[in-house]
Amino acid sequence: MSHAIFFYIFSTIAIISAIMVTVSKNTVHSVFFLILDFISISCLFIMLGAEFLGMIMLIVYVGAVAVLFLFVVMMLNVAQQKNQWFLSTDSSGHIPVGLIISTIIFFELIIVIGGWKYKPDLSNKVDSLTISTLSNTHSLGQVLYTDYIHVFQISGMILLVAMIGAIVLTFRQREGVKKQSYIKQISRERSEGVELVNVETNKGVSVDD
Amino acid sequence: MIEIGLGHYLTLGAIIFTIGIIGIFLNRKNIIVILMSIELILLAVNINLVSFSIYLDDLSGQVFTLFILTVAAAEAAIGLAIIVVYFRNSGTIRVEEINKLKG
Repeated sequence: MSHAIFFYIFSTIAIISAIMVTVSKNTVHSVFFLILDFISISCLFIMLGAEFLGMIMLIVYVGAVAVLFLFVVMMLNVAQQKNQWFLSTDSSGHIPVGLIISTIIFFELIIVIGGWKYKPDLSNKVDSLTISTLSNTHSLGQVLYTDYIHVFQISGMILLVAMIGAIVLTFRQREGVKKQSYIKQISRERSEGVELVNVETNKGVSVDD
Repeated sequence: MIEIGLGHYLTLGAIIFTIGIIGIFLNRKNIIVILMSIELILLAVNINLVSFSIYLDDLSGQVFTLFILTVAAAEAAIGLAIIVVYFRNSGTIRVEEINKLKG
């Protein structure tokens, strides 16, 4: 009973905030509704019994991705560019097409879900990896570091490539910024750095710069 | 209605997936909202995977949800970097004005 009540509360919040992400006029508000959506979905995950994933969703999405979105939105100063897609000047007809296609996709998904039938002996056939005495995190770790170790390593490589790619994309060299050049410093020799001049008496030296 | 089963979670996933697709189609002003809609779609996929994983008592779904999370984070970072570079070069990220590849 309480499961049903909490499911309906959290899923209603999730759906409303998902609608608000797409509809909201201000981009910053969209980001905040995205955060609310992720929080309610991770509450649903924790309710289902996938505690580790719920917490990871909170850390990764709310802590990293949403803050990244917020940072970019504020840096690009697009909060003033209002997001008004119903008031588009040119009637390109994308709204009815989009609505038709998304309605078709939604009904396809509903038909698939409605036609879902359990095989009667399904629970015997599924290779049950969970051991009931272990917690969710413990059993997930036991599977992740043994059976899926190669995929795990590859996902680490994906993160590395994404990091390097983001740095390379946004890196730029500005004009007129003085920087230390190690090669120049190291390859300096005595012959180009020091000049010995014979100074005549009572005349001084004229330094040409 | 009171008994929450697999179908309820799958329906929630379907609704959020459809909202994400509507967001991609209807948004014409701001490309960052399109990236957020893609995040919504990946979230719907995650809901489906986790609920199947719980109800079938098989941990593979949760493991692959972890990998989807990884790929989504990488995609958001790369996409936002591309948007920053594009904004620096052309001064706008309105979807209607991004038509340089039109030929």
